[in-house]
Amino acid sequence: MAVLTMRDALNQAMKEEMARDPSVFILGEEVGAYQGAYKVTQGLLAQFGEWRVRDTPIAEEVIAGVAVGAAFIGLRPIAEMMTFNFSLLALDMIINHAAKYRYMSGGQVRCPMVMRGPSGAAAQVAAQHSQAFESIYAHVPGLVVAMPATPKDAKGMLKSAIRDDNPVIFLENEVLYNLKGEVPEAEYHIPLGLAEVKRPGRDVTIVAWSRSCITALAAATKLAEEGIEAEVVDPRTLRPLDEDVIFDSVRRTNRCVVAEEGWRMAGFGAEISDRVQRACFDELDAPVVRVTAEDVPMPYAKTLEKAYLPQPEKIVDAVRQVMYR
Amino acid sequence: MIREEAFALYRQMLLIRRFEERCAQLYVEGRIGGFLHLYIGQEAVGVGAMSVMRPDDYLIAYYRDHGYALARGADPRLLLAELCGKFTGISRGKGGSMHFYDVPRGNFGGDGIVGGHLPLAAGIGYGIRLKDTDQVCLCFFGDGAVNEGAFHESLNVSALWDLPVVYIIENNRYGMGTSIDRASSVKDLYQRASAYGIPRREVNGMDLLAVRTAVAEAIERARTDKRPTLLEAETYRYRGHSMSDPGKYRTKEEVEEMMKSDPILLWGKRLIEQERFSQADLDAVDKEVLAQMEATVAFVESSPDPPPESMYEDVYVRSPYINMKAAEKDPAWRSAIKEDRMPPTLPPPTAAPAPEARPAAPPAESKPAAGAPAAPNPAEAAVQATAKVGS
Repeated sequence: MAVLTMRDALNQAMKEEMARDPSVFILGEEVGAYQGAYKVTQGLLAQFGEWRVRDTPIAEEVIAGVAVGAAFIGLRPIAEMMTFNFSLLALDMIINHAAKYRYMSGGQVRCPMVMRGPSGAAAQVAAQHSQAFESIYAHVPGLVVAMPATPKDAKGMLKSAIRDDNPVIFLENEVLYNLKGEVPEAEYHIPLGLAEVKRPGRDVTIVAWSRSCITALAAATKLAEEGIEAEVVDPRTLRPLDEDVIFDSVRRTNRCVVAEEGWRMAGFGAEISDRVQRACFDELDAPVVRVTAEDVPMPYAKTLEKAYLPQPEKIVDAVRQVMYR
Repeated sequence: MIREEAFALYRQMLLIRRFEERCAQLYVEGRIGGFLHLYIGQEAVGVGAMSVMRPDDYLIAYYRDHGYALARGADPRLLLAELCGKFTGISRGKGGSMHFYDVPRGNFGGDGIVGGHLPLAAGIGYGIRLKDTDQVCLCFFGDGAVNEGAFHESLNVSALWDLPVVYIIENNRYGMGTSIDRASSVKDLYQRASAYGIPRREVNGMDLLAVRTAVAEAIERARTDKRPTLLEAETYRYRGHSMSDPGKYRTKEEVEEMMKSDPILLWGKRLIEQERFSQADLDAVDKEVLAQMEATVAFVESSPDPPPESMYEDVYVRSPYINMKAAEKDPAWRSAIKEDRMPPTLPPPTAAPAPEARPAAPPAESKPAAGAPAAPNPAEAAVQATAKVGS
């Protein structure tokens, strides 16, 4: 096993898939000569040339649209959004086009593309640059929505996303780009729609993905000091959702907390909460409790930003609540 | 152009006209639902452009899309079945009027979002460049689309990256009910290409030959020099924006004036004056087209509605990179297949009686002679053909 940052793991995934399949190409703002706004595409331009690592103007709609159109005729584009905050400008391409053409054509068209980039809060970049949009994308039939939390998952899942024939929204997290972790050296991929228990525990299930999964693991460490063993389940992919792993865990622990970086109102955690209470009603010893961002736009001030986000302490409090402590 | 081709193009325009007229009738009868945008008056643009495309070229268009599919050779039976929401429709009853796709003919369909398919056309162009073939992509849209941001983003990258895309504005003067005078700061829409250094040209969209010449030149530029072009075909729709539009924003006189330069009328005149056809030839082909429309309607009448479970099909592609065990809890994943479903090729229509000879009651199915196999019902054949892929 090599120890890599998530940034390098993602970079390796793209590099290997581009070497393996000439139909894979990358396009986006600053992906080439600048080496990537977050250096995720570093070195790829030199290796693959400008037609396969395409620097684009700042024009998100056409970035996504070129990916969709090229995918229709058999290419495998990876459209990088510098951040998913800007993907709002490309939403029509994704929701009205990538997610719809197969259906509207009665199965004639496929759209094997990936749209990837960082989503969620970074550090003090305020309301327009800190948003977590997984709930919006996961709402749309026709899309696959993946959100890795570790370097190993990031590489294995991005490889699956590139090879898959459906449009995949691949949400990374800026804060996690420097997160280090073990990554297999041999060729591997992780199927999308496969959840993983990131930490086993008998007392409570915490469901959390992407950065919130790392926050949940920190909370679990604190809880262990109090003698509470939390099981952390990472769905890894939100659509399709591997709900059985969540249900199996809840049936063992009888208690469930869902933590996410998005807003509470209509957030994806509500979907999980709904499914858990229906599938595990008899096994639950407490109502499912959700930890979310505060339901306000992200403030700039450091102290407010901290208060806005799910912190380990908030998850610990939620666990105490479901354990009636 | 050889004489036979000139006549074939006349027939194509006429087929579109008669098809659209029949659609209007079926819409009023409540057999076609949703939005219905007719191509009547604009036939020369689609037919002229399509006549100079190669079979392996691509096209992508907007929601007034019946004419393109017909001109590109789609079977009108599959199209009318789609309009009537039948399972035999070209999009299996999931698209309707605005979404006629015919991928085997390179037709990526009708897009329902104004300007929404222009970035996709650029993407098809980009894909062509990456594959290093000499194909081209034609992209049709209305005058309303030039005010969308997508138009500008698409033209910019097409010029920047040398993409083989021919952008064709069908300027019918109104974006729904708003005239271009009230929507565009520049009235000559093709001039907008100057902002991106793209070759541009205005063409009389009522004149089939003019359209053909202009599009052929643009296609050649795309194929050989990989340069995009913006063409503006000046045309006119005689009907409202859609069936629900009474067209009160324009005068009756304006419409009547435009109808004097009707593309089918003009081309028919040319066939008589220059190609030695007679009025009787034109009348005969009209009769033949009308008979074809009768057979088309008959096909639709014998077509089934989509089965309820088909609702879940065609959302996803079955994939070895998805944990299907988890995904299959969702019916859309359960119904996913690996292959694409291409429209079937139907057996030629059995000769339908000419309209005036048609009995008032639906024609009884002719009894096959003893021992002879029953003639296959094309609608059944269509369902079987689409079902085959899925099994």
